[in-house]
Amino acid sequence: MKNGQNLLRIQEHHDPAFVRRVEQQSAQKVSHCYQCGNCTASCAFTDDYDFPVNQIMRLIQLGRKETVLSSRAIWLCGQCQACTVRCPCTIDVARVMATLRSMALESGCVADKNLRRFADEFLRSVSLFGRVFEAGLLAAYKLRSGSVLSDLELAPALFKKGKLRFVPHRIGGRRDVADLVKRFSDTL
Amino acid sequence: MPLNNRVAYYPGCSLEGLAVEYDVSTRAVCRALGLTLVELDDWNCCGSSPASLYDPMLSATLAGRNLLLAQEVHLDTVMTPCPGCLKALKGALKTRDAHPEALAQALGRPLSERVHAISVLQLLYEKVGPEALSQVVRWPFDGLAVVPYYGCLLTRPQTVAAFDDPENPVSMDRLLEAVGCTVADFPFKTECCGATSAMTRSDIVARLSGRLLDMARRLGARAMVVACPLCQQNLDLRQAQVEKAMGTRFGIPVFYLTQVIGWALGLPAQDLGLDKLIVPANGVLPARKPPEPSAS
Repeated sequence: MKNGQNLLRIQEHHDPAFVRRVEQQSAQKVSHCYQCGNCTASCAFTDDYDFPVNQIMRLIQLGRKETVLSSRAIWLCGQCQACTVRCPCTIDVARVMATLRSMALESGCVADKNLRRFADEFLRSVSLFGRVFEAGLLAAYKLRSGSVLSDLELAPALFKKGKLRFVPHRIGGRRDVADLVKRFSDTL
Repeated sequence: MPLNNRVAYYPGCSLEGLAVEYDVSTRAVCRALGLTLVELDDWNCCGSSPASLYDPMLSATLAGRNLLLAQEVHLDTVMTPCPGCLKALKGALKTRDAHPEALAQALGRPLSERVHAISVLQLLYEKVGPEALSQVVRWPFDGLAVVPYYGCLLTRPQTVAAFDDPENPVSMDRLLEAVGCTVADFPFKTECCGATSAMTRSDIVARLSGRLLDMARRLGARAMVVACPLCQQNLDLRQAQVEKAMGTRFGIPVFYLTQVIGWALGLPAQDLGLDKLIVPANGVLPARKPPEPSAS
């Protein structure tokens, strides 16, 4: 950071294999990006990003693996696909962001711990019942993330309207589903 | 796309809980319009975004198991009202086309090339259509001002959705006009509501959904009409949070498309789950007079 600007020094922390890995895993040609900025102009979440998405594309090209994988932006992306639709180089930018998130998870570099907690509790619910049990998932996530009080004001209306089931729906094939989840995510 | 009157129905987990009114109104409207929904037996969660976070193949397999269930009962068209589930089902189809052996191995069986997935919006638009719908409307809305909100995933990206226009979709506009609504030209039709960040960053939802509600109000809309459970929750369930964050009051009911169509078709309120909305619909939906002796 210099004079409030993030200056990119291309000679530092350069990992030339990184761009190839991202391109291979996302099946996208990130190297085609010429910084038109359409993705960032379209991005609903850019106000909260540490690096706007066009800079993420540039950082990949420069092989700045650590900067990219530890960025907050890749966890905040809502996968709304606006960037993908508007990229003149037909790069599926949202897919690149999703790939980076999976790569960060794999390397143990998780900038948004709560999102990971939510994903884990979600898949746990799917493994247990075959379907998501919303009330159980919400309670488990709120407990694990230490945010029991947030959204508590929504609960009375949900109960009054009967929108939260108290008993999970267990499907017959839940063991098959649990096996699938286990096969692909050994951390759960 | 050739569509049979019998389609496989995949409700998805939200429609068993927070979006239960989307499920009942979808079933009621399809029944009334002569479409037979065959709910997939023993369907499982599509995996949603958490599955693809771990491995795109996990997502394709979880969603693919449901597509196989449709194949087993000889139904090629799988309809789901939830755009999140639709994204997962279409992801599985994409995997089937790109890596058929890998998916067949993960699923234990190959998935037929005939199986495809569509939204309830696409089903109603292509199988019934605005013109036929307008002819069976019993209680037209008499110009109720609404904005249609499509959200991100129904039409994006075009290569996956293969339906309507990714930037300016109009299918929902046309269906709403067919039931007598005045549809404002909503510039934020496909802008993001904040999506899943509701769980971890409700401030982002307050800002993004707040922008949508604010624009709806500026356009004089009495209601918003949506087709996505997540959008509906962010705009309806969380509307009070948005109001608090913005220091304003909207009081704009957020209907599912199927609820609005069902009301115009004359279906009973309990079949449409109207009592499940958090922001009450009272005073927005026009009163329906008791049925007149059928003169027509």
